[in-house]
Parts: sequence; structure tokens; C-alpha cells
Amino acid sequence: MGRIKETFSELQKLNKKALIGYIVAGDPDLNSTARAMELMVNQGVDVIELGVAFSDPMAEGPSIQRGYERALINETSLEEVLELVKSFREQDKKTPIILMGYTNPFQSMGSKVFSSKASENGVDGILIVDMPLEESSEFTKQTRKLGIDIIRLVAPTTSESRIKKICAEASGYVYYISLKGITGANSINAEEVKEKVGILRGLTELPVVIGFGIKDGLTASSVRDLADGIVVGSAFVDIMGGPKEKIEKELSIKIKDLSQALNEI
Amino acid sequence: MTKKDLNVPDSKGHFGPYGGVYVSETLVPALEELAKQYELIKENEEFKSEVFEDLEKFVGRPSPLYFAKSWSKKLGGAKIYLKREDLNHTGAHKINNTVGQILLAKHMGKTRIIAETGAGQHGVATATVAARHGMECVIYMGEEDIKRQSLNVYIIKILGAEVVSVKSGSKTLKDAMNEAMRDWVTNVDNTYYIIGSVAGPHPYPKIVRDFNAVVGYEVLTQSEEQMGKMPDLLVACVGGGSNAMGLFYPFIEIAATRLVGVEAGGLGLDTGKHAAPLNAGTEGVLHGMRTYLMQDEKGQIQETHSISAGLDYPGVGPEHAWLKDIGRADYTTANDKEALEAFKELTLVEGIMPALETAHALAYVKKVAPSMNHEETIVVNISGRGDKDINIVANLEGIEL
Repeated sequence: MGRIKETFSELQKLNKKALIGYIVAGDPDLNSTARAMELMVNQGVDVIELGVAFSDPMAEGPSIQRGYERALINETSLEEVLELVKSFREQDKKTPIILMGYTNPFQSMGSKVFSSKASENGVDGILIVDMPLEESSEFTKQTRKLGIDIIRLVAPTTSESRIKKICAEASGYVYYISLKGITGANSINAEEVKEKVGILRGLTELPVVIGFGIKDGLTASSVRDLADGIVVGSAFVDIMGGPKEKIEKELSIKIKDLSQALNEI
Repeated sequence: MTKKDLNVPDSKGHFGPYGGVYVSETLVPALEELAKQYELIKENEEFKSEVFEDLEKFVGRPSPLYFAKSWSKKLGGAKIYLKREDLNHTGAHKINNTVGQILLAKHMGKTRIIAETGAGQHGVATATVAARHGMECVIYMGEEDIKRQSLNVYIIKILGAEVVSVKSGSKTLKDAMNEAMRDWVTNVDNTYYIIGSVAGPHPYPKIVRDFNAVVGYEVLTQSEEQMGKMPDLLVACVGGGSNAMGLFYPFIEIAATRLVGVEAGGLGLDTGKHAAPLNAGTEGVLHGMRTYLMQDEKGQIQETHSISAGLDYPGVGPEHAWLKDIGRADYTTANDKEALEAFKELTLVEGIMPALETAHALAYVKKVAPSMNHEETIVVNISGRGDKDINIVANLEGIEL
């Protein structure tokens, strides 16, 4: 069983929701990312999504854009992100890692080279924001062969028939985008999310997670019962961009707030 | 090259390996709907006559095909004809596309218009049609471009549109496009995004090409009338590539006519400071499309340089990438200096001041015309007029206006 599947089924047995934390690899530098990953796991993050910086992140709000820019000041490359995962894996064999980013850096490395390195180094899944179902077959053929999960997005605008097609090609978990907008936006509407996720759940056996616009305990508790997990990105990235000496403390406070909201009865 | 090669894009928006729909899931259904609505309406007689009426009475079409007698004589070779898109309302070819797309937007029930702009010409053309149709309009423009095209920024504001200064990345056209996409994904229900070039995700490269193709169709008729034959060579500048695509498209199946696109050579291809992805770029994915890009070996998009804001873009429309690969069109470059010389020469010799974008095409004509004979003809697309660039030219000469 893969790490993603194992993590979700263990949490399910305990009747718990997954807390998925997103930070940008190399933001503000690779050592900080490595330390933050370790800390996040220790404090209760169940799955880590690592952003792979790209110069033109079309779907990101200001927080993650700035995170990408900070990572690119040091010219953080996909190659280095894969090395970061490798050294993380030497300590942690259990926490799933998903690489999230945009098509161009991945295709620049090439699907064959990327897939074999990713699988060797312990990457569990990829989520390529601007590579929808229609454009992904060539790339995902390679990754899938090597057991890397293809995490797919479902949006508020996605029709039921399209959800079916997407779920048929998804693995790992399905990521529901909670709002029409960019990452970190403010407009999450729990009622709308409830309706759409209800439909989505009826169409897939895979775990469903909700992301975009969840930044604290309050927003987390508004959607937690609808899904198997939540994704928090911009709020963590903001902390990584703040004063270095405060990163550890603020990450711990944020994770505590989110964990409580996810698991209080 | 087969018939099939020319019947592009396919239903998924692919021009061979190029084009496509590389966007986040939220926008996929919106783009599918746009493609569907466009295919339905483009054959609708009422819609067609509405567009035609606007092109004739609002834009001022057809634009003349003007024989540049003095310049032809000076260069001493081929006969040079200028397709006068600079005479259109708002001073460039960009209006051909916005007139069509805003009617499409209205048909789809949208009430808010957004657009990106580089040189400001597409911003002006969009704000103009939005004003006329009484629609809310927001124009995204890079901070750098706002500085160098302040005249157009002011015009856009007078037209009642809001100009949003984009401060991310290189603060130019590519970043304006990222920001417009972010707006669209947020306001997708009521907002129509008028992309200004034959770039972006499907169906935009097709829609923008089709609305600009009126230029090429007019040249077909005008060539027959004025030359009694088809031109031997068509020349146009290429940034995203909309004026070139509009001119080339009806000629793609006319094998006797050579097609040449001219990219911005900036300070020279060897300096890396240019905007010539077809000449010096590699394949990649940006702004929803697969095409040739200026990028580093790690897949990050590079900053570009050109004297003209309208060509300062690291990508190019996917149909140009395809025409290059199948050998139907050739793509060359003109650098800043050559463009500036051509800008001055046409103004001085013909009394027509071209945009700095257009001047790149003219720089190539200067090079190639003397090597052709007097019976041969060149049509060059005067994609826009030069008033907007007068500050840039004056600055380069050390003159404060």
C-alpha cells in the first residue's frame, strides 16, 4: 500500500481528518523548508504538499506568488526539490509528499527523468495545477507506471459528467477547490462547498480533501465534516515569509489551531 | 505539408503539438463553454452582419492597401504595399478583434470585460468597445509598461475603464496576462476575458485569428484588384502574433506567397536580451498554451527585452509555432536599432509614422526588398500607428517632450 492510501485509512480508522500542509520548496531557502517539514510533521500535519516554484503561477494569490518569488531568488530548481524529498525520506518513511506546481518546470525536466527520480526519492504524488485531464496523458503515463499518484482538482465550475471523467483518472485523493478564485482568497462558502462535495463523494471512492481559502481554525471547522481532509497553504507560506526567528513558533501555533478545529467534538 | 496540417486547430485546440488548454480546472468548463458558443455563433448570419457593420462603420474598414511608391523606389527592388491597419479607429489592428469578442461576450450574457495589455493598444481597443456597449471594463497592465506607454493609459481611463498596475514578476505583458487570468478565475460567472493576441488557452488563438483574418481577406481582394496577382511576400511583426496571423491566415493555402514574421531582436539574439522565442526559444507551456518560449534550462520563463512594449512577450501564438515547424512561414528578427531606423525612414519617405512594433516588419522589408525584382510585390502589415511611441523615440534621442 502506498503512503497516501495508508495515511488516509489509518486516519479513517481513528475517525480523524487529514491536515495537509503546503509550503513552497526553497522558500526562503531549502534548509528552512527542510526544518519546517520536520516540524510540521511533529506538530500534527499528516500530508505535505511541496510547491515547486514557477515564474508565472497563474492560479496563485499574492501569498503563494511571493513564496514562489522568494524561492526563485535562490533559483530553486525541481532537481533540488527532489533532493530535498530524498533527504526528508531518510528520516521520515511515513508522511506522504506531494509535489504541486505548474507544467513547465516538470516538462522541462521531462516526464521520464522526473518520474524515475521522483519515485526513487520518495515522492508520493503530483498535482500540476495547469495540466487538466485533457493535456496530461503523456506526462502521467510515465508517473503512473512508477506508482506516483496523480492528484486531480475538481472546481465549483466542474460539471457532474466531468467530475466522473476526472475521478476515473485520479488516484491518491481528489482535491476540491472550495471557491472560484485564487489560492488564499476570502470567499469560501460552506453551503456551496457542501452541495458540490456531496456530489463528488457520490462519484468517487477516493478520499476527498478541500483546499483554497482555508487559513485558520474557523474556516477549517466550517468544512471539516464534508471531507477527509483539508489543505492549508497561503497561511503557512505567509509564516515562512515572515521573520526567520518566528517561523517555528508561528507554525506550531497555526498547526495547533487547525488540529483542534479538525478534531474537536 | 498536407491539407490536414492546415486544418487547425483540432477540436481540442491543438495545432500539431502546440496550443491546447493548460489552465487550472476552474477555467476548463468556462473555456469549453466559450468554444461551444463561439462555434455556434460564428456561423450565425445576424452575428456576422453585426460584426461586419461594426468593422465598416465603427472601425472604418476596409483599410487601404497603399502602394509605397517612394519607398519602393528608394529601396530599388520589389514593389512595396502597406496594409494600412494604422488607419483603423484607435490606430491599430487590435480593434478588429475586440469588436468581435465584445459581441460574443454580450451574446453570452456577460456584463464585465477584462483584458491584458502591453503597449496599451489592446487596452485602448478593449476600453473603446466596452465604452460603446456600456460595459464595465478592467485593463491589466504591467507597471513597466504603464511607465513607457502613459499616453495610452490615460486614454483608457478617459474611456471609463479601470487600469490595474501589475507589480509581479517582470511587470510587463506576461505578468498582466497572469493577473487577468486570476481575475477571470475569480469572476468567471459574469466576466468575459478579451485576450488580445492569438495566444492563451483554446479557443482564444482561434477566435483572435478569425476576427483578425479580415485583414488578410481584404488583402486577397485588394491584391487582385491592384496588382492583378497575389503578392510574392507578406511581412508582419510577431509578438503574440495577432496582426501576422490575421494577414497570413487566408494565404496559408496560397503556396506562391511567402510568409515572413519578424520577431523583436532587442539588443541582439546573442545578448539574450530580446523577445524572439521562434528564433531562439524552446518548446514549453505558458499562459494556457504549448508553444515556443523564452525560458531557462530549468523551465522558468525569462524576462524579455524589446524597444516596443507590444513585442515584449516571452511566448508566441501556437499557430505560428506550427507554421514554423511545417515550414509554411519563416520567422526572422529585427533588432531595436534596425526597427528605429525603419521607423524614421518610413515616416520621412512616405509620411506614415508606424508603431515601433510595425517598424520591426519594415526593417526586414528594408533588407529583403532590394534583393527582389521590380515585378515582385511585398505586402507589409502596418499593424499600428506610431504616435504612442513618440516619447520613447524622443527619449532615445535625448529629447524631453
